[in-house]
Amino acid sequence: MSEQKKMLKVSSNPHIRSALTTSQIMLAVVIALLPAAGYGIYNFGPRALAVIAVTVASTVLTEFIYGFFMKKTTVTDMSAVVTGLLLALNLPVSLPLWMAALGGVFAILIVKLLFGGLGQNFMNPALAARCFLLISFPKEMADFTTKAVNWAGLSWDAYTGATPLAALKAGESVNVMNMIMGCEGGTIGETSVIAIVAGACLLLLLGVIDLRIPGTYIVSFVIFVGLFGGRGFDPAYLSAQLAGGGLMLGAFFMATDYVTRPITVKGQYIYGIFLGLMTGIFRIFGPGAEGVSYAIIIGNLIVPLIEKMTRPAPFGCKKGGAFHG
Amino acid sequence: MSKILKQDTALERLYNGLIKENPTFVLMLGMCPTLAVTTSAINGLGMGLTTTAVLMLSNLIISCMRKIIPGRVRIPAFIVIIATFVTVIQLLLEAYIPFLNKALGMYIPLIVVNCIILGRAESYASSHKPIASFFDGLGMGLGFSFALTCIGAVREVLGSGSVFGFAIPGFTPIRIFAQAPGAFFVLAALSATQNVLKNRVKKANAKKDELPKGCGQDCAACGVSGCSSHGKFYDEKALDFIELEEEGK
Repeated sequence: MSEQKKMLKVSSNPHIRSALTTSQIMLAVVIALLPAAGYGIYNFGPRALAVIAVTVASTVLTEFIYGFFMKKTTVTDMSAVVTGLLLALNLPVSLPLWMAALGGVFAILIVKLLFGGLGQNFMNPALAARCFLLISFPKEMADFTTKAVNWAGLSWDAYTGATPLAALKAGESVNVMNMIMGCEGGTIGETSVIAIVAGACLLLLLGVIDLRIPGTYIVSFVIFVGLFGGRGFDPAYLSAQLAGGGLMLGAFFMATDYVTRPITVKGQYIYGIFLGLMTGIFRIFGPGAEGVSYAIIIGNLIVPLIEKMTRPAPFGCKKGGAFHG
Repeated sequence: MSKILKQDTALERLYNGLIKENPTFVLMLGMCPTLAVTTSAINGLGMGLTTTAVLMLSNLIISCMRKIIPGRVRIPAFIVIIATFVTVIQLLLEAYIPFLNKALGMYIPLIVVNCIILGRAESYASSHKPIASFFDGLGMGLGFSFALTCIGAVREVLGSGSVFGFAIPGFTPIRIFAQAPGAFFVLAALSATQNVLKNRVKKANAKKDELPKGCGQDCAACGVSGCSSHGKFYDEKALDFIELEEEGK
């Protein structure tokens, strides 16, 4: 009887030997997100810190309480912290705190845990929660009009309402240098390209992510915008499109999510190109100025198809044939 | 509960439609109106009762005519009968409850192709007696109305911040629940809830049934161990007997 109860645990695929553990990878991602988060707090003031704290607390608490009732300990793998932090970086600073907390609960409970926990979620939890909030509270989520007075007491003129992408779409000129530095409107963590790229470099050096998905994503996006954006390959326009909105944050931190990206190398290139095209379509032909979140969660949905299409043939089998072991 | 009730009686049909085989939460039929019109409790109730009326009448008539409808053309015949009642109900709604007619719009003519109605016609009314079929339609319809009203009420509170049209002061609505994705969330959550409740009842009943049956002898004087812990039955003979009985049903 007791022998029967002893079940062998087999974790979900891919089965790759690695010295890195899940919590170490998650810790690396958290550290890599700190520059963007820190800049957000410096830029938007203590209110940004409150949003980040509430979101992270709600994701971690949800994971803990669910684990408590299901008698599992999954909260120590740090993935809830990453989800909370990513979600906070995707929220406007003026969002009511209870909405931020609701987003955290939705991300962890509905998108991740109900589908079986980390590794089973078919969609990036942070992005799904952002889209949930975008649909639920369209006014609050698009409110970037908070007057920017950072802790140093500086404020800038260009910061009156629309995000640079919206201005760009309306045909106005934008200051690309400001956009790269992060002196413009937007969500807490997406404004400064420098801070995001610094964090991404850390992840690249540690080998946590590679350039396949971000590279193909950005290149295909640039080509699409160049062809269909209406201003040709004008460097100022293209760099403004690249530096604006959540493209950098999405390409390096959310499109590369281990769970929701394809496993195969060929699949990752296809996935990157698909994301670039979708983002371009949303930004240029869509009604709004931004489309990274929707592009990535639609990408997440077609990942199973991409993997099926690019499944490598085992040695000795015909291509595309099933393995008869 | 289901063991106490006799098969194909009026009460058993009502219990079956409302709880045991609830068309929305258990059979998952008629998803199109379920997801589309349940933006408020009153819309859900209206849709449910309209469908109930059609379901009762179509079940009754189809059951009455079951012996004269040729098997090969039964589906077109059912559809004609159902469509007749839908048309009648739609004209009545237009005349007497115009606001509901407006709110449900396209979904009233679509009751013709509601798979609950055709499903009950095919699987129940075409092979059972008229009275039982009528109550089958009533039970299924009430189950559908109950489910739609529940979904509508939850979506109305969360998505519009009101209860049966009365606004809740100081509540910020979560708009997604008034839209299609919210319908899926609420349907899934309520289906899961009723499964949990049913499982609890089942477990409680199973505990009662665990007491040994079959041999009918005095347990205190019985030398066989594991009688009550292994299950209901004492020996293979008794087991065979019970299985045969269940097959006979």
